[in-house]
Amino acid sequence: MPQLTVNGETRQLPEGSTVLQLLEQLQLVGKRLAVERNGDIVPRSAHATTLLLEGDALEIVVAVGGG
Amino acid sequence: MNTQDPLIIAGKTYSSRLLVGTGKYKDFDETRRAVVASGAQIVTVAIRRVNIGQDASAPSLLDALPMSEFTYLPNTAGCYSADEAVRTLRLGRELLDGHDLVKLEVLGDPHTLFPNMPETLKAAETLVRDGFKVMVYCSDDPIQAKMLEDIGVVAVMPLASLIGSGMGILNPWNLKLIIDQAKVPVFVDAGVGTASDAAVALELGCDGVLMNTAIALAQDPVLMASAMKKAVEAGREAFLAGRMPKKYYTASPSSPTTGLIGK
Repeated sequence: MPQLTVNGETRQLPEGSTVLQLLEQLQLVGKRLAVERNGDIVPRSAHATTLLLEGDALEIVVAVGGG
Repeated sequence: MNTQDPLIIAGKTYSSRLLVGTGKYKDFDETRRAVVASGAQIVTVAIRRVNIGQDASAPSLLDALPMSEFTYLPNTAGCYSADEAVRTLRLGRELLDGHDLVKLEVLGDPHTLFPNMPETLKAAETLVRDGFKVMVYCSDDPIQAKMLEDIGVVAVMPLASLIGSGMGILNPWNLKLIIDQAKVPVFVDAGVGTASDAAVALELGCDGVLMNTAIALAQDPVLMASAMKKAVEAGREAFLAGRMPKKYYTASPSSPTTGLIGK
């Protein structure tokens, strides 16, 4: 099971998981968000096809109030 | 809508010259009521890690301020390097379906929140090359403002005083130097405390004002938002009208000097 970090926290995912499956597991599907994997944007269109690998660092962000 | 004196940023026309932040409000309901009262069309938002484990159906800023009603301006608040700022805005662009109008700020110090201008310039270069339309929080230094303009940013936004300080416009002369030379819109970003500060910024010739704390931390944010709307409109009209010259030594009565009774 690959181990990776999501927003700085360590997580384990089943082998062969995609970004979309991670979002499903986190109950974030349908939310307006953006995903970065190892410093590169994963476009929404590629969520279902981008495989997550051991050691990947993911950032999942949303828009919040700010000035 | 004021069609005779529109504000144009990166080729797009806006009727309101007041840009507002969406932070520091009590709740989303207050955020919405204040933003609506301000008349602002452009609202800044921050890009932050999603709260994992939070109820996915919990209300969000996007429900309070739908993207169909407002132009979102993602910012880089909290970024202390060019790399962090560029990464944040790339995420913002993905988040907002390719929307490329952004607010760049690279901070130099958590105490003053003064901009780190070398990093700001570096980030601006990368972002402009990457196709972003960049509005930039900067020091009130005409040389730095010119450098940003030469890089190709769409607006320069010097501070009037420290972010969140409410100290008003501390150096109108520097702002005037920036305004006089700039070929892109100039906004006062940061430091406005009350309505008269906003009016002064527009009277100086700023194209608009960006504020958050002055509204959000007023005793009555919605009423202050309304005051800011009027101040920005009044300041702009006064600028366009052209103020009378100041006369320091000679008074000039407004009433006729002839026809006085008993003379």
